[in-house]
Amino acid sequence: MANVLDIRRRIRSVRNTRQITKAMKMISAARLRRAQERALGARPYGQMLTNILKSLVSRAEIYDPETGEPRHPLLARRPEKRILLIVVTGDRGLAAAFNANITKAALRFLREKQGSSIDVVAVGRKGRDFFRRRYPWNPDPLMRLGPVQLVAEHVGVLGKLQFSDAGRLAESLIAQYTEEKIDAVYVLYNEFKSVIAQRLVVERVLPIGELGAHEFAQAEEMTREERERAARVATSAAISTQEADTAAMDEHAAQFGVASQDYIYEQPPQELFRDLLPKYVAIQVFRAMLESVAAEHAARMTAMDSATSNASDMIDALTLTMNRARQAAITKEIIEIVSGAAAL
Amino acid sequence: MPLNFEIVTPERQVAEGAADEIQIPGKNGYLGILPGHAPLLSELGVGEIVCRRGREARHLAVAWGFAEVLPDKVTILAETAERAEEIDVARAERARDRAEKRLREAQEETDFERAQVALERALIRIQVAGHGH
Repeated sequence: MANVLDIRRRIRSVRNTRQITKAMKMISAARLRRAQERALGARPYGQMLTNILKSLVSRAEIYDPETGEPRHPLLARRPEKRILLIVVTGDRGLAAAFNANITKAALRFLREKQGSSIDVVAVGRKGRDFFRRRYPWNPDPLMRLGPVQLVAEHVGVLGKLQFSDAGRLAESLIAQYTEEKIDAVYVLYNEFKSVIAQRLVVERVLPIGELGAHEFAQAEEMTREERERAARVATSAAISTQEADTAAMDEHAAQFGVASQDYIYEQPPQELFRDLLPKYVAIQVFRAMLESVAAEHAARMTAMDSATSNASDMIDALTLTMNRARQAAITKEIIEIVSGAAAL
Repeated sequence: MPLNFEIVTPERQVAEGAADEIQIPGKNGYLGILPGHAPLLSELGVGEIVCRRGREARHLAVAWGFAEVLPDKVTILAETAERAEEIDVARAERARDRAEKRLREAQEETDFERAQVALERALIRIQVAGHGH
């Protein structure tokens, strides 16, 4: 039987670990709250942009009135021979299956689109590492190293995510799409409406379909156990499980750009549309990243909660073992004394 | 009748309030907006927004945006917008020096347009920051 001192040492070490996981849970909860606020903060801009674009569509005759063909290159559909897939994971681990679920979904998407060449852009270190191990890394747009290749990586941007990060990525997507180097852009990310309303989705970013609508190529809901556990942990960390109420916000945004039929256009509507559309792509990418960040913190919070309760279980078990060992040692000592006395 | 204004970026709502007069940096030149202005849509360039209320004026630096003007309301969607008091002057000055250096030592592969925009943005930020104190 292990000696009491050793067990006591282990208990102390597990207790320290529990302290850390508990702190990490609290930190994740605080970060999650901030991430949720940021995601909400991005909403009015996105909604207003969508609105103004919608009203410009008819003004600028973006669709050919006779054939119904779009006149803007970002709206034009082509057969998907070359696809660009943005995979948004986290930069860090210790978030249970968060990153693994995403890479698994990515593999599923790649399998489904077999026959197309796929360029992967990895956002987040975990996804980058995964794709680096499996697929060739090739930032050279003039070469192809296989049907699936990693063409760009964005590591370390998620921590202090700014709109300009998404803007730059969107710019390069738009350039490649306009030059017909790629035929479609999808983004795979963990959608986050609230802690209990999350999905892994593959959303099409380009070509742009209906403005303001989301087109999903793939979506995977949370399981019931996941949802229940997330709800329990969220409640313990005082985080709302409700989706944020955006009705008032959306109504306010809906008034933007639709107040009058006879605006004076400082620039021709076509030009406005052309300049605004890239921002629409950027805000889609930005939103995906913001939601993924929130989801990552939520996943880490849940993981750290389990780790904390596992540590507690372990401390209980070890304490029991230690008491038994101590008892055994005492009993043994008494027997020794007694038999020593008897021998005299 | 005051003119309400609201400035929104992808990150947050930067400012809102009421003003007597608002100056916005339209893509084709500055526009001065008074209450009762005809409905107007305009793209914004890099520049300074000034919201004047009585003798008080609020200054903001914006880079690329979009404005809707209505008789009683101005709404601005900006890619970035900073209030005068939020601007980090030292950072703006560093950005200016960097951009100037890039332009001075311009070579064939230098992205001229980009450097110029960066310079313009830095200058505006420095100018706006001057009103913050």
